[in-house]
Amino acid sequence: MNVTPDASLASTAFAPPAPPARMKHLPTGTLAAAFAWTVIAVFVVVPLAALAFRASEASAASVRSLLTAPRVLAAFRITFLTSIGAAFVDLLLAFPIAWSLGRYDFPGRRLVDALVDMPLALPTSVAGLTLAALSSETGPLGRFLASSGIRVAYTPLGISLALAFVGLPFVVRAIEPVVRVLDESALEAARSLGASEATVAWRVVLPQLVPAAITGFAVALARSLGEYGSVVFIAGNLPFKTEVVSLFIVARLEDHEPVAAAVLAIALLTASCVLLAAVAGLERRATARFVPAERL
Amino acid sequence: MFAERSGRSEQSAAFPRFHAAMSRHSFSLCHAGAVALLGALTLGGCGKSTGSPRPESALLVAAYDPARTLVLEANKRFLSDELAAGRTVTVRESFGGSGKQARAVVDGLGADVVLLGLADDVNALADAKLVKPDWAKAREGKGAPYTSTIVFVVRAGNPKNVRDWSDLARSDVALVAPNPKSSSAAKLSYLAAWGWALRQPNGSEIAAESLVRAMYGKAVVLDATARGASTTFLQNGIGDVLVTWENEAYLARDERARAPIEIVTPSASIVAEPAVAIVDANVDHHGTRALAERYVALLETNEMQEAAARAHFRPRNAEVLAAHQREFAAVPLFTVEETFGSWSAAKAKHFADGGLLDRILEARR
Repeated sequence: MNVTPDASLASTAFAPPAPPARMKHLPTGTLAAAFAWTVIAVFVVVPLAALAFRASEASAASVRSLLTAPRVLAAFRITFLTSIGAAFVDLLLAFPIAWSLGRYDFPGRRLVDALVDMPLALPTSVAGLTLAALSSETGPLGRFLASSGIRVAYTPLGISLALAFVGLPFVVRAIEPVVRVLDESALEAARSLGASEATVAWRVVLPQLVPAAITGFAVALARSLGEYGSVVFIAGNLPFKTEVVSLFIVARLEDHEPVAAAVLAIALLTASCVLLAAVAGLERRATARFVPAERL
Repeated sequence: MFAERSGRSEQSAAFPRFHAAMSRHSFSLCHAGAVALLGALTLGGCGKSTGSPRPESALLVAAYDPARTLVLEANKRFLSDELAAGRTVTVRESFGGSGKQARAVVDGLGADVVLLGLADDVNALADAKLVKPDWAKAREGKGAPYTSTIVFVVRAGNPKNVRDWSDLARSDVALVAPNPKSSSAAKLSYLAAWGWALRQPNGSEIAAESLVRAMYGKAVVLDATARGASTTFLQNGIGDVLVTWENEAYLARDERARAPIEIVTPSASIVAEPAVAIVDANVDHHGTRALAERYVALLETNEMQEAAARAHFRPRNAEVLAAHQREFAAVPLFTVEETFGSWSAAKAKHFADGGLLDRILEARR
């Protein structure tokens, strides 16, 4: 089966005791499946159906004019570009963090381990306000950058900064478990055959991390596409420059136009699903290519 | 199949952290679902939560954010007044953006009394048949215990010499404003600029349009909310002028000795009329009409009008207003109705999809 390396290794390295014989006859699989379906139905399918139902009240003409407006299209472009940019930044930042957390015991390791998850706990609007204050032209970071001509707050760069902040834990936590269970024998084998450390890193370590990294990338991306709280305060919301789709959706709601909001939400969702499906396909191919068959 | 399922449970036993589960290959559906769920929850609201009738003694007040201190003071007074009259009551309050609060009540928040930033947000409740359609006529003073207006906030010393609405159109003035699409303060600012231009010598719709076009066509930040715009201007130091509620401007001045600002009152502005209404459908359901009426009457008392003045709102009561006249700049104020006919007419022309504001913002491309 198509399971990522950490899963397969986990099951070999930490094999749990075999279940008591009679457990095998209990219909736990069916029960678990029924439970999974119920929960997913209540939490995902029903709200989504309600959303789609709301959106379906819109006439075809109004949907077309809403979704083809240049400003809305620009907002979609800005949303996707800043989200993808942020996810790539997260990838770059997450590799060294995940590597050090997964491989080494260094002073303050547990603190770093705990702090990595902070962006998940912080209310996103607080994060947005803080990052805006930090990176605006009067802020400590922004003043420094402004002297070299770089503006962050109230530009697409600021949006990406906020998105990278909220997305970082997802990428770190996707890669870290795989770093923990790297195939040491492959590393040793490569070294004993005379591979340099760079070659080991590039040809042996990196391929093992690629599927997990893509997963982390996708989760951070998914999180970013619908992000509102952290973005509105740092974006400045200028049409064609820094206006994201989630802002449009909230503006429609505030204006007592839930149908238009639902149409935009469904459009964002559809576009996100297409993008995420593409990333999922990429990850499957990476797993097939980089993870040896015996570890699947 | 069964074997595979148990394989997964082993994995999570070995790595009891949620992120281990995330590194499975089949993430796309579940995370698309998570995104969907967030969106759906936002749009679906919290569902109907009216529940069973509450006893006479409990009142829920839903108010817009800027009225927070005022409502908390009113509630304190109300409790002691009721206690003095031998009645034990409880009052709960809920705060949020004006439009958001209206939507929450439409979606089932069982508020007995609403205090919202714009009469139009109460109209939304009337459209949902929660409030009588003639709610504004039913009460004197249009249901608002106090008014406010729109003013400018500039940096100390007014370095760009901003005096009136026409200065906001100047190319050397960086304007910070909330986005009229999402903020009620911003809608009023836009309409105030329009109304001012109409009232100038040789004023015309064309002049008004070119003024708002210049303002919103070049604003350097269009925050989602009035508070967001204040933060951008005050904390983050962006822009030369902020257009906002008068009471917010005075609050900002009170709080900011560190980075001094000045308030500039234009030569004419719009009257902002927050609205109080009893939510008929909810009080009938809860049996709290008498309680709600006593609460609304309390907001009209001189004591509460004084409290409103302390919060930098302009009291509706002429007597109290006269006592505080020196605190508020004398400025000719015009209403939405006399300038635009009605709120819905103003909205349809300026803020609807494809309306003038959309066209102005489209032109920023």
